[in-house]
Amino acid sequence: MFMTKSSLRAVLGAVTLALLQPLPAEAAGGDHISIAKQPWSFAGFSGQYDKEQLQRGFRVYRDVCKACHGMKRIAFRNLVQPGGPEFDEEAVKALAASWDNKITDGPNEKGKMFERPAKLSDPILGPHKNEAEARDTFNGALPPDLSIIVKARTVEPTAPWYTHIFLMARDILTGYQEAGADYLYALLMGYKDPPAGVTLGDGMSYNAAFPGHQIAMVQPIQTEGSVDYSKDDSGKAMANYAGPKMSMEQNARDVTAFLAWAADPSLNDRKRIGWQAMLYLLVTTFLLYLAKKRIWARVKH
Amino acid sequence: MSNHVSTYNPQSRFAKWFDERLPIMRLVHDSFVDFPTPRNLNYLWTFGGILSFCLVAQILTGVMLAMHYQPSAEGAFNSIEHIRRDVNFGWMIRNFHAVGASMFFVAVYIHIFRGLYYGSYKAPREILWILGVLIFLAMMATAFMGYALPWGQMSFWGVTVITNLFSSLDGIIPGFGTAIVEWLWGGYSVSGTTLNRFFSLHYLLPFVITGLVILHVWALHVAGQNNPTGIELQHKSDSVPMAPYAVMKDAVGMFAFLIVFAWFVFFLPDYLGHADNYIEANPLVTPPHIVPEWYFLPFYAILRAIPSKLGGVIAMFGSILVLFFVSWLDTSRVRSTKYRPIYRWFFWLFLFSCLALGYLGAKPAEGVYVFWARVFTAYYFAHFLIVMPIVGLIETPSKMPRSITESVLGPGGGGAGTPAGAAAAPEKR
Ligand code: HEC
Ligand code: HEM
Repeated sequence: MFMTKSSLRAVLGAVTLALLQPLPAEAAGGDHISIAKQPWSFAGFSGQYDKEQLQRGFRVYRDVCKACHGMKRIAFRNLVQPGGPEFDEEAVKALAASWDNKITDGPNEKGKMFERPAKLSDPILGPHKNEAEARDTFNGALPPDLSIIVKARTVEPTAPWYTHIFLMARDILTGYQEAGADYLYALLMGYKDPPAGVTLGDGMSYNAAFPGHQIAMVQPIQTEGSVDYSKDDSGKAMANYAGPKMSMEQNARDVTAFLAWAADPSLNDRKRIGWQAMLYLLVTTFLLYLAKKRIWARVKH
Repeated sequence: MSNHVSTYNPQSRFAKWFDERLPIMRLVHDSFVDFPTPRNLNYLWTFGGILSFCLVAQILTGVMLAMHYQPSAEGAFNSIEHIRRDVNFGWMIRNFHAVGASMFFVAVYIHIFRGLYYGSYKAPREILWILGVLIFLAMMATAFMGYALPWGQMSFWGVTVITNLFSSLDGIIPGFGTAIVEWLWGGYSVSGTTLNRFFSLHYLLPFVITGLVILHVWALHVAGQNNPTGIELQHKSDSVPMAPYAVMKDAVGMFAFLIVFAWFVFFLPDYLGHADNYIEANPLVTPPHIVPEWYFLPFYAILRAIPSKLGGVIAMFGSILVLFFVSWLDTSRVRSTKYRPIYRWFFWLFLFSCLALGYLGAKPAEGVYVFWARVFTAYYFAHFLIVMPIVGLIETPSKMPRSITESVLGPGGGGAGTPAGAAAAPEKR
């Protein structure tokens, strides 16, 4: 309580110094890069998946990512279900049967494990039988399963402390839950030449969005785009195709939307039921409030 | 209140017969229908009811989750994904439970700060307050063990960090801390065994909380409710019967709260959690930042503010233990901060410190963050140990109304005479 003048000055000095000092994360030198928010169809409190986009996204997964990544929590039948890509059931049956990463089943009556083509109820597998095999292929790195990758990633806030509470309020009021998708899009678009002075490890690529910036995944979607939606699976140009053109942005956006669905397949239902619940609660609260006012009108309070 | 005469009047013959054998309807009537509640309660008094709702909701959703959940290191994470994807409305039940835990804490923090502002911990409500602190502790234990159950990276590493704190007891008796930690783990590391016992306790503790809540409400009904003036009920005109007055107001508060609750359940189910918890637990990979759930952040900041591990643990537990003593640390003659011109400033400073500690708890323990965590930790304790005893002694309370009725109707309206507004009021029973 009774401080001497000099000790008071020392405390004030420490406080001023502390306020002026940059925050450690920023001082550490831009390990946090700012990742832009993208205009997702499923964003916010009212957004829903765009079925066509999920279908295109699945094509990107199948034609590009599947070479290295599995999606074991998604079964082929999920591709048919409402709220997802909603492919035709027969087409998905055929797709499952021709999926080149076979299902290991067994033991059969001879006691042996065997491989068989996938059915609708089977998971969508990647090329590797297990983690060790995958790591062996990639110099020790592991291409993660992509079924919940969008929920498993986020964007670290970089804003200064005094804006924190306002950004929080904005995110809550707008229902912002798409940080994982924003990150994934930035990752797919983030391949750059390494800046001067950065030496990359063996088999590593420079990526602006990846923490630490050195990633063992080579740029998966080519700069001119990798999947041309105007061609069918056999490579023939489709007659009167009117959808989006092939580009890196378009491929990255679509596959991200598809993986967002895979991570959160109930989103469409969730938000629809959510609005019904909100409406019910708002009306009930209002009616209860009127009733409460009437009852309390008899008593001053 | 205890001296309140029962007005229960069973109508049917069966009700009379039953009442003579088990007067439970009389108990309910006297405690929740005819119970006198101060007429001047504001919406902060609806949080008790909201908390009871939260407890029941957690138990119901929890029992449903437990039907599909598997408490093993191999099965836990997959069973949560199974609930999210394959169980009918599993995503909804799970969101209700996970968001519900956060909402429970939102409500309990408002409830606690309400008590601190209006001096609800002062005589004759000390036991009521202490039971509240016990509930808070049991809630924290329940939520901590619940967060372990999805067995994601944050679950695993959160458990590892927090259980490891007990090893600091080695500093007092060598070997003692380690023994405790291994006993908690059921082995030499956090494993499926740990998860299994956490599940067992996570299922048990909510029922312990239920028991504590019953005692809490009992103590409340002996002492009666405090109110914004902090003045005890004196006249009939100071109170209204709980039904329909307080019940109706509670219903409005509860539904308004449910709007916020539903907003998170349906539109922001993962906002309050961590992305890392969607990565399956892996003892070989440590996440870059291990952060507890938001409701533990102030205590986590206190833990890391102290340079020594044992000191940090003592400070963290001390920050909760000190709550047991506020009834005696506060020396003020009046309860409500409304009439405390000096203490009022300290109250808001204290609230600000808690929020600041919450922010700092989420930041890495380095540089300025540590400096500020120390400043606010110091104030946290100073508030209880220095401000509360001293300000209460030196402060002159501002002018207070003589009764609740007077505070509502203005001077002249109160006192012993018939209050002006009471003619039409049904408090004449
Ligand atoms: C040639 C193989 C290969 C292809 C094709 C490939 N990946 Fe990867 N991916 C990897 C490897 C290897 C890693 C591990 C990188 C590391 O840990 O450094 C990885 C990591 C990732 C990660 C995790 C990044 C993080 O934040 O940890 C994501 C997300 C990802 N890939 C998405 C995709 C998507 C989407 C596609 C298709 C457009 C794709 N990958 C195509 C090999 C591949
Ligand atoms: C005081 C009441 C309770 C609190 C505060 C609480 C808190 C929590 C928390 C924080 C989680 C982790 C949520 C997540 O991140 O996914 C959780 C999970 C869980 N709880 Fe509870 N809980 C309570 C009561 C119960 C009860 C009574 C049961 C069972 C009868 C139960 C069963 C479960 C199960 C099975 C999980 C794992 C599923 C999941 O993580 O979604 N809980 N709880």
